[in-house]
Amino acid sequence: MADEITVKQAKDLAKEIRIKILQMLGNFGYGHLGGSMSIADLLGVLYSGIMNFDSSKPRWEGRDYFICSKGHAGPAVYGALTSVGFFPETELLKLNRLGTNLPSHCDRLRTIGVDMTTGSLGQGLSVAVGVALGIKMDELSNYCFVVIGDGESQEGQVWEALMFAGHNKLDKLILFIDNNGEQLDGKIFEVNKIDNYVERLKSFYWHAQLVDGHDANSIIDAIKTAKSVKDCPSAIILKTIKGKGSFAEGIFNHSLPVKVSDAENDIQNLLKKN
Amino acid sequence: MGVVFDKISTRDAFGSALSELAREDENIMYLSADTINSVGGSLMHSEYPNRAINVGIAEQNMALMAAGMAASGAKVFIATYAVFASMRICEQVRTFIAYPNLDVKIVAGLGGLSGGIEGVTHQGTEDIAIMRAIPNMCVVAAADAASTKVITKAIAHYDGPVYLRLGRGPSPAVFDENYEFEFGRANVIRSYGNDVTFFSYGATINRCLQASEMLNKEGIYCRVIETPSLKPFDTEMVLKSVNETSLLVTVEDHNIIGGLGSAVAEALCGKNLTTPCLNIGLNDHYGVSGECEELLDYYGMSAESIVQKVKAKLK
Repeated sequence: MADEITVKQAKDLAKEIRIKILQMLGNFGYGHLGGSMSIADLLGVLYSGIMNFDSSKPRWEGRDYFICSKGHAGPAVYGALTSVGFFPETELLKLNRLGTNLPSHCDRLRTIGVDMTTGSLGQGLSVAVGVALGIKMDELSNYCFVVIGDGESQEGQVWEALMFAGHNKLDKLILFIDNNGEQLDGKIFEVNKIDNYVERLKSFYWHAQLVDGHDANSIIDAIKTAKSVKDCPSAIILKTIKGKGSFAEGIFNHSLPVKVSDAENDIQNLLKKN
Repeated sequence: MGVVFDKISTRDAFGSALSELAREDENIMYLSADTINSVGGSLMHSEYPNRAINVGIAEQNMALMAAGMAASGAKVFIATYAVFASMRICEQVRTFIAYPNLDVKIVAGLGGLSGGIEGVTHQGTEDIAIMRAIPNMCVVAAADAASTKVITKAIAHYDGPVYLRLGRGPSPAVFDENYEFEFGRANVIRSYGNDVTFFSYGATINRCLQASEMLNKEGIYCRVIETPSLKPFDTEMVLKSVNETSLLVTVEDHNIIGGLGSAVAEALCGKNLTTPCLNIGLNDHYGVSGECEELLDYYGMSAESIVQKVKAKLK
């Protein structure tokens, strides 16, 4: 059981990230709301105490790496990075504007604190495997965290990466699957279904857990368990709701118009919650 | 000259033509990679759910499923975004669609800078170069909704691999239902005189038309030639233009390496001609995030910027 202060910090950060996502997309007028909101709780956990980083030294060699393979969740990552001091909040209002440092999809050349360019689905896990292999070869203590989408796992390259990581026992690699059940064309179960992640991953020689992706306590405990497992990579499947905490929960929300009034309303509702 | 945008996108115009084709020819199939709604498949899917198939986010599987279907007699349209259509599935396309000369049409939404705010990962600005280099592959690009419909039907009647580049949102309207398309033929759409010939395709055509009007007022008389067929390419039109005008200008939302500018240069190579050429496009770099039309301006493809470059070259 995670201690109360840690959970409170994670929850507070997740709320701050959600508010910033709504501010960014409300200000720009549209964007990838659903997949950004669904990983806010994960980022709240990672950036409030789990990950080692120094926002004044973004490329510090001792940092833990984070790769957001579902690169369209850039706004969530930017919300987290600015909350922990990588760059000023004023940057957020430049999201997607010409010349911005905060493009729709994550870009390591543009955004301070982003470890890898992503946005072309199915490729970030292989990058994370490369990072984790380097960590293992150099016998370092860093961890590499990576999040992929569940729809993204329809890409064949994901399974090539899973196979190599399992075979090579990359135990500094922790994978999160954002299992929100939706993709661009509809529900994953209807388009090209993929389920039983825990069993599938175990058959690739991974340790795998299924948790509530909106419960900070469960995510923290799962990460602790994952770190205690040696000689195999670890996956944490996050059961999530696409668009969680926004007006767009339950409707098509992969990428949609966001009115300032809707964003404001959601922000007020979030502020009322503990 | 004000710009009027189409009511529908080139992607939806493709979908409309596709559904008409599907009604006429039960041999036509459509595959998408989680892009059935975003690259024109929803209409055909509503009428023929078994013939418009979504394979999920799995472009490589989609490409070779299409090869298999074509190898067993179907005419297959596969649809995704230009970056994935030209790069993610490049080897699948080259070796298992183009080499066996299979009847697969690769339909690429978000061509050029139309990927806009999605940034580098979704801007297909090298696709024409890559696809032109693949033997057997025909490479075509549509400028607006009306021409997209005509081109979609024309490529359907051709038996072999074709890459079709589309945009994202509604494009500036240039053509109407009387538009004509033929593989290997360029279309002269303005002919004011013998000073400058513009060659262009897709999103930059209307900008060349605007530039030619502006130059016309300054006594520099231009021709504007649309090159929807980038391969096979109308080399005769290039040679005719070079003989009749003083400057050739290519404009494209593509890397200046390997695209239309290169096709024109290839046509001129070895002819011992001295007519100057000006290639306007992306100067071997990636695009930043921004709205499509503002990106075209940002990268020197506004009518004003084109005019300036032409005048500087003519000096």
